[in-house]
Amino acid sequence: MSYVRLVDVTKRFGAVTAVDRLNLSIAKGECFSLLGPSGCGKTTTLRMLAGFEDLDEGEIHVGERLLSSKKSGYYLPPEKRDFGMVFQAFAVWPHLSVYENVAFPLRIRKTPTPELAKRVNDALLHTNLLDMARRSPADLSGGGKQRVALARALAINPDVMLLDEPLSSLDPHLREEMRFEIKDLQRQYGFSIIYVTHDQAEAMALSDRILVMRLGVVQQVDTPLNVYTRPANKFVFSFIGLSNFLDVEGDGVNFVTSRGALPLPVAPPPELGRGRVCLAGRPSEIEFADTGLPGMVARKSFLGESIDYQIQVGEQNVRVQKGRHSRGPEQGENCHLRFTRPFWYPAE
Amino acid sequence: MSARGQRQGSGFGAPQIILTLSIAILVIVVAVPVLLILFNAFWADGVFNIRDVARVLTEPDTYQALLNSVIIACGTTAGSTIIGTFFAWLVTRTDLPWKRFMKGMFLVPFMLPSFIGALAWKMLLSPRAGYINRFFMDTLGLEEPIFNIYSYAGIVAVECMYLFPFVFIQVCGALERMDPTLEESARISGAGLFTITSRITIPLVMPSILSGALLIMLYSMAHFGTVAVLGIENGIFNIPTLIYERIHQSGGSFDSIRTGTVLASVLVVSAAFIIWLQNRILGKGRYQIIAGKSFRPMELKLRGLRMPLLVICIAYIAFTIVLPTTVIFLVGGLKTYGLAFTLENLSLDNYKFILFDHKLTRDAIFNSVTLGLSAALITMFAGVMISYVIVKMKTRGKGILEFLGMLPFSVPGSVIALGVILAWSGKFGINLYNTVWIILVAYIARYMAFSLKANSAALEQVHDSLMEAARACGASMWQTLRDIVLPLVRPGMLAAFFLIFLPSLRELTVSIMLYSPTTRTIGVAIYTLNEDGETVISAALAGVALILIITGQSLINRFTQSSSSSKG
Ligand SMILES: Nc1ncnc2c1ncn2[C@@H]1O[C@H](COP(=O)(O)OP(=O)(O)OP(=O)(O)O)[C@@H](O)[C@H]1O
Ligand SMILES: [Mg+2]
Repeated sequence: MSYVRLVDVTKRFGAVTAVDRLNLSIAKGECFSLLGPSGCGKTTTLRMLAGFEDLDEGEIHVGERLLSSKKSGYYLPPEKRDFGMVFQAFAVWPHLSVYENVAFPLRIRKTPTPELAKRVNDALLHTNLLDMARRSPADLSGGGKQRVALARALAINPDVMLLDEPLSSLDPHLREEMRFEIKDLQRQYGFSIIYVTHDQAEAMALSDRILVMRLGVVQQVDTPLNVYTRPANKFVFSFIGLSNFLDVEGDGVNFVTSRGALPLPVAPPPELGRGRVCLAGRPSEIEFADTGLPGMVARKSFLGESIDYQIQVGEQNVRVQKGRHSRGPEQGENCHLRFTRPFWYPAE
Repeated sequence: MSARGQRQGSGFGAPQIILTLSIAILVIVVAVPVLLILFNAFWADGVFNIRDVARVLTEPDTYQALLNSVIIACGTTAGSTIIGTFFAWLVTRTDLPWKRFMKGMFLVPFMLPSFIGALAWKMLLSPRAGYINRFFMDTLGLEEPIFNIYSYAGIVAVECMYLFPFVFIQVCGALERMDPTLEESARISGAGLFTITSRITIPLVMPSILSGALLIMLYSMAHFGTVAVLGIENGIFNIPTLIYERIHQSGGSFDSIRTGTVLASVLVVSAAFIIWLQNRILGKGRYQIIAGKSFRPMELKLRGLRMPLLVICIAYIAFTIVLPTTVIFLVGGLKTYGLAFTLENLSLDNYKFILFDHKLTRDAIFNSVTLGLSAALITMFAGVMISYVIVKMKTRGKGILEFLGMLPFSVPGSVIALGVILAWSGKFGINLYNTVWIILVAYIARYMAFSLKANSAALEQVHDSLMEAARACGASMWQTLRDIVLPLVRPGMLAAFFLIFLPSLRELTVSIMLYSPTTRTIGVAIYTLNEDGETVISAALAGVALILIITGQSLINRFTQSSSSSKG
């Protein structure tokens, strides 16, 4: 059941294609994240949804409503779209009190006073701001300002909430806390969330589905689990979680290094063929074994919960992480590696 | 070796010398003149006498001048604030065509001396002889002149034209730095562009609007030139022009000095109040609305209003900037004032005359240039030293200097002129009256504020650790200053130099009170020539002054642009 629909949405800034033929449907009540490195077009996508940017191609629908369409040149202005939106820099108005900030969208809609007061108090209650209603948001902490921004977006009880890196101005501890508060609010109000972030942990923790983007092009749209365990390509694999890549050239059994041929731990799938391929594995999914890929411990560091090994394999390095209680080789010792979940990608 | 170490530690090392010197400069140049004014105003007949102050203030002439200063300042402030805010909003927030060009043009009045503008408007709109009025009366047969520039409305209009950039530049800056998501979040909340402008944008930049408005208020209350050119004809005096008139007429009699000091004290007190109010507004009220990383601010689509507003802007620029400037040059080319601007009436003779033959104007140009250069150099170095103590040093007794450093900002030019007359007319054994030196001292006092501002801004950019690192490397304080601090603040010093040199070329308020027949400055020469009815010569000199100022300003713009681009 798709609610928000983007069809072939494209946006160019001069020579840069910020968003390239994006097709997307998001269900009612879903929490959907746009994830990708800086400059990949996440904000642009969100701003097109909000109506701050025109499209160069495509259409955007929400429910039965057409919001933007290049073909018919129709753009519903942002103020008519009835979205809630939270910006990275909070954008709360310092000349209005917390209460008036939250009341603003309702006053614009000429909501009758009793109803307005009820709605504002509701939003303030859900964001733990009731005590601060009369204060100026300029005096609040970062987390407080962000709550005001959320409450203001909640006030009109929107169907869709757009959030552009709403937590990235907060310190890490607060960030984690607010994540859950947003999730709670969604449960209570039932809006859909479209959430922009470049923090993969945030996207994983919050979302029902994640879209991974790179240079304006969609790489994968899937659940957090699938994005992690079944990355669609090498970029997604490297962007989500820690990763290792070994460039490998050989006959499928051994591969060649300056120190002679080394045995491959697993054979590449036949469809990649022979010659140069890329072997990938997560540091936590590589084990020390008696046989397998031979290497030497170049560096061993204690990270607290885990131990981090840098293993030299031929002239390349492989990173391995083990729990702090596990036994492993010491720095300078030789060892063998086994990839428990290997991924193969075509070489670049 | 040990002696050196001791001297550093004991009471009177290099920091104390610098501090004492800085305090001495500010005391002699600014504080003493101001104190003398207050003393003369409140100390009559050997006793502290507030009743006599009241008597002076309630004299009809003085009272009227006070009232006029307030009326003109309020009118000018209101007018300039509206014009400045509106144009600032137009060039930063809308899709008006040629916005960059417009923005540049709206800053031009900053360069133009307002009394020259007043002269131009007198030529255009004086009731009988003004070209525009004559055109309507002779050609169209109107009975009455369409506008009499010798009026409150005329004075306020002319002051607005030259002062609105104070608000314009402040509001432009605030709007450009403002985080656009503040407006976008209002938009997504459902507000249309009109609501956003009136309920979000304007309130957010209100502190900048008010601060610009107060600057204009301060400037206009103590402004001499426009009122002198346009008001005296109809008996409209404000505080500075009345001070000038009294002292000039009586050749500096006791009574005129007394009236002058009382009026000047009023200016000092109002200026102090305005500065205090401005600091309060800026200190408390300025919101943190500065954008971090952001997009281009959203633009209001003017749609149907786009062309009409463009026409209004162009008409405004043509009417208030191009027209008066052109008239100055044209009148400067006429054989006799009042002739029509036809080719046979126009020549370069007046310009040749003032540049090569006329001793008075040649002296005036020479005086202004040498005075400007010396004042700029001295004030630049004094300013960098004083700012250094205020911004960087942790010496005891700095508090006095911080207080003294505020003074130059709040003392208007006419007050300084009167103050230096009191201080340097032989009362303390030194008589500089009727020499160029008294003008130089007054210029230094008048422009110290500019130098302090530019230099402290530059010094604040120099982080303490840079100097500490030099000290840690074994450099003495003097070596640190010479090798580390000076090179880093050089841009600030250069800025200070030009900020002083260019305005001093066109200075009138101070010089008019202090000149003698041989020490006329350009401003004084233009003003007195015009008073003596030598309108065309006066206009030609004004034209030369405009050329000097505009050339200087464009050189600076070129210079600062190339130095900033070579850095980036
Ligand atoms: N108004 C604009 N004018 C020109 N180019 C733009 C504009 N807005 C975005 N771009 C370009 O479009 C591309 C995508 O930008 P966008 O802001 O959507 O990236 P992002 O994924 O949000 O990145 P970040 O994580 O840094 O916020 C970038 O290359 C950017 O430089
Ligand atoms: Mg972004």
